[in-house]
Amino acid sequence: MKKRFILTFPAGRTNNPITYDLIKKYNIKINIIKANIGAEEEGSLLLEMIAEESDLNNAQEYLKENNINCQSVEKRVQFIENECMHCGACTAVCFAGALTLGKDDWKLSFDATKCIVCELCVKACPLGLFEIHFSE
Amino acid sequence: MSTKTIDQINEKIKKGKAVVLTAEEVSKMSENHTPSEILKKVDVVTTATFGAMCSSGAFINFGHADPAIRMEKLKLNDVNVFSGVAAVDAYIGATEESETNPKYGGAHIIEALIKGEDVHLEAHAKGTDCYPRKEIVTTINKNNVNEMFLFNPRNAYQNYPAATNTTNKMIYTYMGNLLPKMGNITYSTSGELSPLLNDPEFRTIGIGTRIFLCGAQGFVSWNGTQFNTSVKKNKNGIPVHNATTLAVIGDMKQMDPEFIKAAYFEKYGVSIYIGIGIPIPVLDEEIARCVSIKNKDINTTVMDYGKNGHPAICETDYEKLQSGTITINGKSIRTAPLSSLYKARIIANKLKNQIIDETFQITQPVQNLPKNTNLTGLEIRGENK
Ligand code: SF4
Ligand code: SF4
Repeated sequence: MKKRFILTFPAGRTNNPITYDLIKKYNIKINIIKANIGAEEEGSLLLEMIAEESDLNNAQEYLKENNINCQSVEKRVQFIENECMHCGACTAVCFAGALTLGKDDWKLSFDATKCIVCELCVKACPLGLFEIHFSE
Repeated sequence: MSTKTIDQINEKIKKGKAVVLTAEEVSKMSENHTPSEILKKVDVVTTATFGAMCSSGAFINFGHADPAIRMEKLKLNDVNVFSGVAAVDAYIGATEESETNPKYGGAHIIEALIKGEDVHLEAHAKGTDCYPRKEIVTTINKNNVNEMFLFNPRNAYQNYPAATNTTNKMIYTYMGNLLPKMGNITYSTSGELSPLLNDPEFRTIGIGTRIFLCGAQGFVSWNGTQFNTSVKKNKNGIPVHNATTLAVIGDMKQMDPEFIKAAYFEKYGVSIYIGIGIPIPVLDEEIARCVSIKNKDINTTVMDYGKNGHPAICETDYEKLQSGTITINGKSIRTAPLSSLYKARIIANKLKNQIIDETFQITQPVQNLPKNTNLTGLEIRGENK
């Protein structure tokens, strides 16, 4: 399966080579989309992980043991789908192509596997339907 | 040349023999039918739009308290509401914003009232001999006010420019969030489904025309404000940017919250999405030709919202805009709508079914909309800082 996750590292360095372990020990193909270091020296990584489901689950356990928060993109970027009026205003800013209108039915769809967590949709939706959630 | 009358069409509807199509369906049909064949086969074409229409609002009458008050300063859910119309009448302007929460405004109150929610009312007055009360605090809702009706001064724009931004920073507009360096283009009409693009010369739409307004049956009450018939037209007779508009009226107690939505545009303010559907009776070949218009035959102007006066960049058409990208100076730019074609289609189909079910009667306008109108700007007269 292919899924995007945001890894949040606490300030200070971790002792383990995290990405190396994810690849070597858990057999995960990793594509780094975005890396950030915050004001408090906490770091975050947006990763695309391609792996078997069991490997992914084990990797998430490993991350937890190392005090690294691992949140799926779907959990981070949420939208209140049943109130959507399918206007398309959010698609104007989603240059990653995660938000698109169906060619025939003109309904909005959100493809989390393309989301880069830029958060531009939050301000773009005239109904305020997007929310960024930081907790699990 | 054969023609039909509205009476004949209503007669056919009664007999269950009328053919009603949406404007998109008739545009498709015109690929292999001539206007004269369409005139023979189709009786009514339904058009629709669901977009942000800032120039909207509602009249409301609260009824009198005992002792009575002549409301002078009035707030509903902390939003200022115009009460300078008699004692307990008021006008809720859709774009009026709450002083405590600028993302909440008149539009939200209108939506709440239609949903049947309670709205907090607070009013003050100086007190008069006939209206002695000086203040009142209470709640109102759809069931305990006398009347509440939308009366929107400018809706259903006949065409609208598409917007882009050539500056180096993101701008936030009523045309949505525009990425820097022409990173996107937004547009806001339903193209070939849009009401006034299907009857560009107002052959059938006029004052008194019955329309679908946010789920209720409403009426065209006047030409809308900024009604401009002097805009340059393309070869199909379609103005190439914003031109005419409609003032519309309808009973809010009959409206459906599915077809009216309060909105907030970042760093612009509160607005409201309004759903409008208008039936066009196919009376002659010329009208048949007009309702057959296709997205590729409707042009609009791309304007630069990053600069004062929004200078034009180029012209495009709705087929290209709806395709998702257009090319300007060799650069491919993503396009996105702001009005919901999804909802507009639901409205066009609903209206079509109401006409077939005889719950919606086609009307002859009481009076035509004006011709040869222009726009005036606001000159700065006298001293200005
Ligand atoms: S966060 Fe950015 S990439 Fe993700 S859906 Fe919103 S606009 Fe698109
Ligand atoms: S901007 Fe909001 S309402 Fe419009 S399509 Fe996107 S999520 Fe839906």
